[in-house]
Amino acid sequence: MDSRLHAGMEKETLVSSPVLDVAGLRKEYGAMLAVDGVSFSVGRREIVGLLGPNGAGKTTIISMVLGILEPTAGSIHIEGMDIAAHRAQVLMRTNFAAVYAPLPGNLTVWENLRIFGMLYGIRDLTARIESLLAEFNLDHFRNMKCGLLSTGEQTRVCLAKAMLNRPELLLLDEPTASLDPARAHEVRMVIREFSAQGAGGVLWTSQNMYEVEEVCDRVLFLARGRIVLEGDPKTLPLAHGKKTLEELFIAVTREPPTAAHG
Amino acid sequence: MDDRMYTHVSRIAAIVLRHFYLMRGNFARMMSLFVWVAVDIILWGFITRYLNTVTASGYDFVPVLLGAVLLWDFFTRVMQGVTMAFFEDVWTRNFLNLFATPLSVTEYVSGLVLSSIATSAIGLVVMLVLASLIFGLSFFAYGTVIIPFLLALFLFGIALGIIGSAIVLRFGPVSEWFIWPIPAVVAPFAGVFYPVATLPQWMQYIAQLLPPSWVFEGLRMVIKGGTVPAHMLLWSFAIDAVYLVLACWLFTRVYRYAVHTGLFARYSAESVT
Repeated sequence: MDSRLHAGMEKETLVSSPVLDVAGLRKEYGAMLAVDGVSFSVGRREIVGLLGPNGAGKTTIISMVLGILEPTAGSIHIEGMDIAAHRAQVLMRTNFAAVYAPLPGNLTVWENLRIFGMLYGIRDLTARIESLLAEFNLDHFRNMKCGLLSTGEQTRVCLAKAMLNRPELLLLDEPTASLDPARAHEVRMVIREFSAQGAGGVLWTSQNMYEVEEVCDRVLFLARGRIVLEGDPKTLPLAHGKKTLEELFIAVTREPPTAAHG
Repeated sequence: MDDRMYTHVSRIAAIVLRHFYLMRGNFARMMSLFVWVAVDIILWGFITRYLNTVTASGYDFVPVLLGAVLLWDFFTRVMQGVTMAFFEDVWTRNFLNLFATPLSVTEYVSGLVLSSIATSAIGLVVMLVLASLIFGLSFFAYGTVIIPFLLALFLFGIALGIIGSAIVLRFGPVSEWFIWPIPAVVAPFAGVFYPVATLPQWMQYIAQLLPPSWVFEGLRMVIKGGTVPAHMLLWSFAIDAVYLVLACWLFTRVYRYAVHTGLFARYSAESVT
């Protein structure tokens, strides 16, 4: 086969292939079933919202995708690579920000970004940090210890950390939960831009249905460890006889319908 | 440097740099590197001076007692150098952030060990300066054999530091109190201040499995003017190697357990017992 044609086919396959592909994911803690056979994918330039009530299994899924929790069954492929077999290569292309994982408060913003940049093996790190400090409006906090920042400022530092390696898969667990509306809007724009300009995908959890509708291209409703509904957040409520995504969320939480695509 | 090697080195360096930043940024942490060892050297220095004046034998206690204290403090510093660097991640609940990066267990532990080398070296220099300037203890009195002695103690300190970190990772932050007294528990068996023959038989059996007991027996032989049999040094290094392998195996096993049970995500809850 012509090598150029072969290379072209490979590129096409790469572009059309999902960034994240989760199949039959299951997690048991003893007798408790936290995630029950979940399958989904996140495409390139796509923002997928993972929605569900507290304890539905969202954070468990994110932990498994991050490689810090071993699934009982199922597989996770990022950029076509199985995380179980290629952990380091996969995590080089992944990053996350979560409200429950603040960066060490006894290090400054600059020190934290430097250390995490080195953990991701980023070359030309100083320039990358400078650009992120400017992008997330953190420049004047660079020498402040993270523990002295407000919750919203800490969230922005976590987001800057999450962008250090220009990830192809970005996992965001309620990234705007502690931000004021103006900052939350800015963050949504940054993530939107990240998704639109690069070849990366985003998996986003949020309890703010307005935000989900504004940002996400597709949503997955999770209840009792299973995906019970999936579709476009703008059309999904109407398709299920509800006025808003929030109404649908409440209905799904109370009485999850059988798995269906919207 | 190729990409693969660069990322390995970069990740190990990140763990060391983190510790450097913490030391640089906090006066209390800097003090902890040398205050206790300085207090120990001064206290034991005066005790040995006093013993020299009250014993008529003319026996010099400085190289025996003060030298032993210095070497034991060095071992303690090495061990605590590893555990302190590890505890920083416990105290800041940083495991989730760290292990969601490409950082491997080997790179993480290597970073802890390198941090310990730096911090224990500072403690050693402070002890040597105080012991020689105030009490006239010279490491040259022991000859070049002091180098393998130090290395044997260093390796044992690293091994115990890794084992201690594995225990805290497995049982949660509260198990920290198991780790601090380890040197004090090992010391009576190691014959730091007296020959192992002083101990009852059952304690002697345990002493034979501890590299420091061979180091301190050897130290006493050198002070008496003898030479250290090669097999003693070799044996102490062989036991060190076993402890190191055991320590790395244990830490890796506990890490896998943490990944299996979700311990990293709920570490501070101490839910896993």
